[in-house]
Amino acid sequence: MKILLTYSFSSLATYIHNLLAELITNSLLLQVTEMVILGVSLIAFLVVLCFFLGYMERKVAAFMEIRLGPNRVGPKGSMQIVADTLKLLLKEGLTPDSADKFLFNLAPVIMVIGSMMVIAPIAFAKDFQLYDINIGVLYVSAVSSLGVIGILMAGWSSNNKYSLLGAMRSGAQIVSYELSVGLSLISIVVLSGSLSLGDIVRSQENGWWIIKGHIPVIISFVIFIIASTAEINRAPFDMAEAEQELTGGFHTEYAGMKFAMFLLSEYINLFVVSAVAATLFLGGWMPFHIGGLDGFNHIMDFIPSSVWFFSKTFLIIFIIMQFRWTFPRLRVDQLLTLEWKYLLPISMVNVILVTVMAIMGWHF
Amino acid sequence: MNTEELKSSISNILPSAIYDETGEFLNVNIASEELYPLINELRSNSEFDFDYLFCLTCIDWKDHLMMVYHLLSKTHQHTIVLKAKISNRENSEIETVCNIWRTAELLEREVFDLFGVKFINHPDLRRLFLSDDWNGYPLRKDYVDENMISL
Amino acid sequence: MRGLIEDDYVTDEGEFVINIGPQHPSTHGVLHLKVWLDGETVKKVQPHLGFIHRSIEKMSESLSYRNFIFATSRMDYLAAHINNEACALTVEKGLQLEVPDRAKYIRTILAELTRLQSHLLWWGCTGLDLGAVTPFFYAFREREYIMEIMEETCGARLTQNFMVPGGVMYDIHPNFQKRTKEVLIQIKSKFQEYDNIMTGNVIFENRTKGVGFLSKEDAISYGVTGPTARASGVSCDIRKLIPYSAYDQVQFDEILGTGGDCYARYMIRMHEMKQSVSIIEQLIDNIPEGEFQAKTKNVIKLPKGEFYQRVETPRGELGVFIVSDGAASPYRIKYRSPGFSNLSALPLMAKGGKIGDLVAIMSTIDLVIPDIDR
Repeated sequence: MKILLTYSFSSLATYIHNLLAELITNSLLLQVTEMVILGVSLIAFLVVLCFFLGYMERKVAAFMEIRLGPNRVGPKGSMQIVADTLKLLLKEGLTPDSADKFLFNLAPVIMVIGSMMVIAPIAFAKDFQLYDINIGVLYVSAVSSLGVIGILMAGWSSNNKYSLLGAMRSGAQIVSYELSVGLSLISIVVLSGSLSLGDIVRSQENGWWIIKGHIPVIISFVIFIIASTAEINRAPFDMAEAEQELTGGFHTEYAGMKFAMFLLSEYINLFVVSAVAATLFLGGWMPFHIGGLDGFNHIMDFIPSSVWFFSKTFLIIFIIMQFRWTFPRLRVDQLLTLEWKYLLPISMVNVILVTVMAIMGWHF
Repeated sequence: MNTEELKSSISNILPSAIYDETGEFLNVNIASEELYPLINELRSNSEFDFDYLFCLTCIDWKDHLMMVYHLLSKTHQHTIVLKAKISNRENSEIETVCNIWRTAELLEREVFDLFGVKFINHPDLRRLFLSDDWNGYPLRKDYVDENMISL
Repeated sequence: MRGLIEDDYVTDEGEFVINIGPQHPSTHGVLHLKVWLDGETVKKVQPHLGFIHRSIEKMSESLSYRNFIFATSRMDYLAAHINNEACALTVEKGLQLEVPDRAKYIRTILAELTRLQSHLLWWGCTGLDLGAVTPFFYAFREREYIMEIMEETCGARLTQNFMVPGGVMYDIHPNFQKRTKEVLIQIKSKFQEYDNIMTGNVIFENRTKGVGFLSKEDAISYGVTGPTARASGVSCDIRKLIPYSAYDQVQFDEILGTGGDCYARYMIRMHEMKQSVSIIEQLIDNIPEGEFQAKTKNVIKLPKGEFYQRVETPRGELGVFIVSDGAASPYRIKYRSPGFSNLSALPLMAKGGKIGDLVAIMSTIDLVIPDIDR
């Protein structure tokens, strides 16, 4: 009961830790047990999250396309995605005869692992973080680009011309957009003076960076959203899939569970980039604070930190989903033009601007 | 140009042309060997300027094949129908017009496919609709399909 | 990778050969394009046809003059009315039959409704091909109203088979005029929405402007017709040049463009929809009373001779060429289908572009594959 009243995941974690400590005395065994619990609960959380995101995407699409969306299975169609997952699980996982079997089966696993690893340093709520690594931002940008290896592997090993084209496209695309994502992350690192995501959130105690850093941070926020949409291969930047051009791009040959793993990693990626954007620009779990107004800040503190985090994240997910159902797809050369001729120069200038601002103390 | 002017101008190029005005358009009947010089003149001479070939087809008249070219001039808005008679039914050949009107390339392949008319100098004369190992030419009147079941 | 050493994967010049279709999301049917690529750049395109060839021309040779009309509904299935009308007009030309005014008006209204629904479907599919899924649903919302009118009056939604030699098969449904007017108001209010969602979009403009250029000379030489040719500045609207049915009774503009690119073709069709609405508006209240069908003999026999009729379908000029030997069924029929000639210009337009451009070009020349293969 006490746990529920404090609205805090940290007390829950402490409660479980104490409970386990009473049962298991060996400290190494305790640590291993906690890690296993953590891993299992993380995977369970991510699968449930992906169910929800899949349902949300369908409903958002339906909302934008003047139709109803899933509404038959379960209340308001919420079980539709479970039914679809069951169907995918039961389907035969075909491997083409001429494919490179080892790499073909390895690719979806790498994709999922790559996207799950990025979750580690993200703070879901106050004092609730898997691993507050002191180079969090660097870790996020390094690990999130592991996915491209999975895509290249899938495209190459399928031995399909469409897959190969899709893989080559995504290789060019993700490597390019990685730069803009990195540069827009740097602007926050410059302002907060730390690479640790925990420290970055705490530095926004008297206001989120998007408000404190005004124009330059808004620019880097917009660039981050655009570039990370491209990095996670979502429309209008879904060059690697490009259904109307390459039928399915890198995952043309995949079916059943292996295909479901690509979907899983796509949704985890979507969640991760939104969570990173929420953490860096919108204060993560930090409630909406205005420096100096203590009364107001106190009222805001009554809303639990996890609610703050998830509402910010889902706001950004909603925006990225709207992109997908609004815009036509770019052409592959226009995609690279956008990055190298527009986003990259703008973010470079913007980093200088932010640096000057940080040195001169022009932010709030 | 009106019909009379067209007739006299074509007669200047090809005296052996036979005219038929019973239909909607002026029909010019020629032999297949005379086709290319005349049709080249019809396209390049600015008096005629037939720049638009709107229909190209073939008719199987049982004893001979007949190529039909519907020509229209976008500048002068006059129309003629050119009919080239191919007497040799077994080994039918005619000069291609696809270097004059590019649309003829696919249309001639269609005629080759369904009537078996060989077009001399055609850049890519292959079957268009049917498979490469198809026997016979289906739109000829004497075509018999062994697999056909009559109801 | 084992495939790399196989034949046909890469040519000696290092070009990558891919087969787009016959099963592909953006070929809108069973079109097969063999594409030679240098990286992403299209070097050469070769169409392979015949996957849905039903030999309608051969079939028609053994059908009566009443029956062969209905086979043509299956050619360009998005413009079944206009195909049927073309055939009916050719037979009437052979019989020298005068069609009652009422039938002419009904034919024209139905033909324009057909054009409107075909263009709406095209608009949705263009969005889909360029990667925007949403427009498809917007287009289908309005198209559905038109299909309901068709269903009410003709008894079918897609292959209406409503035209017969001498007029139309039945009189119009009592609700026809009222519902058509309601639908026109509905559609007119949505044009702005279409422009908002697609036309002004930066990505859309980048994808279509300057893509797939077709010059006026090439358009004529390749026999390209319809909106595709009019975007290149070729005046080829048969409704204006040789008015048939009731087109001489109405005021409308032939929309001509100069761009010759995908964007120009897009804009031509968008404007044509507005013209179609205006044509229907002029006719819908003035349908004359009287017979809807002229008297014809039970067995129609055309006199010996050749008859050619040109009509304007949503995709271009459809020509019906009937050779008659005086019997009860045609001696030879040739359909000059618009899609066939428009497709022949595709290799020219696509050369040098990217794969994405090829898809954009295919969707803006509005290919209907059964119309090409017949």
